[in-house]
Amino acid sequence: MPADNETLDTVRSVTQSGYKWGFETDIEMDVAPKGLSPDTIRLISERKEEPSWMLDWRLKAYAAWLQMEEPNWARVDHPRIDYQDIHYYAAPKKKAGPKSLDEVDPELLKMYEKLGIPLKERAILAGVEGADQEQPRQIAVDAVFDSVSVATTFQETLLKAGVIFCPISEALRKYPDLMRQYIGSVVPVGDNFFAALNSAVFTDGSFVFIPKGVRCPMELSTYFRINTRGTGQFERTLIIAEAGAHVSYLEGCTAPQRDENQLHAAVVELVAMDDATIKYSTVQNWYPGDANGLGGIYNFVTKRGACLGDRSKISWTQVETGSAITWKYPSCVLHGVDSVGEFYSVAVTNNHQQADTGTKMIHIGKGSRSTIISKGISAGHSNNTYRGLVKVLPSASGARNFTQCDSLLIGEDCGAHTVPYIESRNRSAKIEHEATTSKINEDQLFYCRQRGLNEEDAVNLIVNGFCKEVLKELPMEFAVEAQKLLAVSLEGSVG
Amino acid sequence: MLDIVGLTASIGDKAILNGIDLSVPAGEIHAIMGPNGSGKSTLGYVLAGREDYTVTGGSVRFENQDMLAMTPEARAAAGLFLAFQAPIELPGVNNANFMRTALNAIRRAHGESELDAVQFLKLARAEMKRLSMDAEMLRRNVNVGFSGGEKKRNEVLQMAILRPRFAVLDETDSGLDIDALKIVADGVNSLRGPGFSALVITHHQRLLDHLVPNRVHVLAGGRILRSGGPELAKELEKNGYGAMLAEAA
Repeated sequence: MPADNETLDTVRSVTQSGYKWGFETDIEMDVAPKGLSPDTIRLISERKEEPSWMLDWRLKAYAAWLQMEEPNWARVDHPRIDYQDIHYYAAPKKKAGPKSLDEVDPELLKMYEKLGIPLKERAILAGVEGADQEQPRQIAVDAVFDSVSVATTFQETLLKAGVIFCPISEALRKYPDLMRQYIGSVVPVGDNFFAALNSAVFTDGSFVFIPKGVRCPMELSTYFRINTRGTGQFERTLIIAEAGAHVSYLEGCTAPQRDENQLHAAVVELVAMDDATIKYSTVQNWYPGDANGLGGIYNFVTKRGACLGDRSKISWTQVETGSAITWKYPSCVLHGVDSVGEFYSVAVTNNHQQADTGTKMIHIGKGSRSTIISKGISAGHSNNTYRGLVKVLPSASGARNFTQCDSLLIGEDCGAHTVPYIESRNRSAKIEHEATTSKINEDQLFYCRQRGLNEEDAVNLIVNGFCKEVLKELPMEFAVEAQKLLAVSLEGSVG
Repeated sequence: MLDIVGLTASIGDKAILNGIDLSVPAGEIHAIMGPNGSGKSTLGYVLAGREDYTVTGGSVRFENQDMLAMTPEARAAAGLFLAFQAPIELPGVNNANFMRTALNAIRRAHGESELDAVQFLKLARAEMKRLSMDAEMLRRNVNVGFSGGEKKRNEVLQMAILRPRFAVLDETDSGLDIDALKIVADGVNSLRGPGFSALVITHHQRLLDHLVPNRVHVLAGGRILRSGGPELAKELEKNGYGAMLAEAA
């Protein structure tokens, strides 16, 4: 947990004085006591200066969460999470991290080196104390641009186009009507255990609004690459594309990120109107734990897009290599006539990682179409599960789905599992499902080695070939980094 | 350049090579002929270091290195190239990228600088032009959806780009029409010189018309049954293996 004990003690001593929510405002740091209660939620809402309907919304989510059980249907295994042992609000200036790079897992440092991350950024990513105070936290791996000036130019460009792109807490203050209309409209507060938790306590995230007919003048990924971006424990993102609008958004970073918060539960909601397109790409590389399975992030994410408009399109692309546990099903609800949902996924697990990931495509509109391409790669002692639902409602005449799930096994001790659910209630729907499981083939390895590649490079080449259909969906500049990331993630898995 | 002495090898319990003695001096091309199942392809695989085969005896020296002690990639870096009888498909792996990765791995092993994509494409296009191949082949995935002939030509292209010191061609001419056959022969002939040797495994005299070998060896039952000059191939074409095998028995 982020706050160090001394600070907590200070906070406790100050809060003895009987401030209503148990907090002191004029100290440098805001910390809520451990545990989740209506008071914690009130505090968060107050700190964020939210409108009162938002607080009610959060409290409703909390009430729903109290009635829910943690889901246990996924093929993941972890010690019981004590939800009362977590700080839900702590915004310390200084994180209690390692004092220097010497205290950081050497394997993690090696990984940074291989990814070519400059020394100073390594310290920031590893959460070394004070490292981010010497310069603004910057996730970009290349330092080609002067980040401040470029960020300003980007902001101006976006404003000129009428695009709103700001922290979600700012949006709640500045655009309450939009927020009230759309937040929770795709993922309702009581949707699932982790989404309810997020709805009650989310503290940061992004809001994007692309007005009618506007094509966002740049990939929002470009923006992140040069700009500060805190990735929080309970992040919430809302993207709205009005009729004919177009936006491409990329979250994450290829550099492995450490976070003291073991539990992550994000929610992402996308809304696409008539003829709008939203492309949402993720590169997830949270700390996976060490080679023995110690530590690592639990990543329980709810991502869903609503294709409300006719001919609207939502496309999810994800490259998941990090986290000890990944529980994530980016989905599309295809309301619009001829609307399109896409899911392209590469999930890599190594050592003791567990991933249970896939998608849901809900066909409601006539002629709606969906494509699912999932590539799972398991190595070490890991388990990798594809879980996907294709559901065609009676209204969705002429709906089509194509699903392809390929699993690649490296080594003898890993597992690959494919769990497709298909429900069709319309006779005219066409649903295709293809699945393959293969091991890296000795013939292929030998062929590559005969040409001069060592075994590791040969595996990388074959794995990248295996994932190509998905990698090509990533924004250009990230595709190359993602390839490198796959190589690093699978290091040591052969031989 | 290559000296094989008393080489025996097996797969599982089955002995396939039963004592091969063969020397290929620098600058020479030798042909290996012989009936199916005589161990020709196994010889190629064992030279290249395929781990499914167990070497049970003998030695292979390549320019005074103990080749049997080297990994397949180290043998490739030392200059050994095997043109596969059935080239392997690598789905999703771009052909140009594959060849550049291979070339750079070998260049690295020699302490040479790596070629970037532009430099490589220039080199590859020049080689393809010389071998009258369609440059479109570079954009496809390695051997995926290639016809039999295209796969063989792709092997020759890789050989031309990697410039090995010693090439083993395992029935690279099988199933080729006369034009493609000429491409294969040209590929080998263009490398011919004092620093290059090759072992050409073939069933057909017609390749040897384009690619005149210094020596011809007949392999049967995992042994070299007879060796001779180019005329030996012509004799086999005329009389078949039957007479020779009977004579040996």
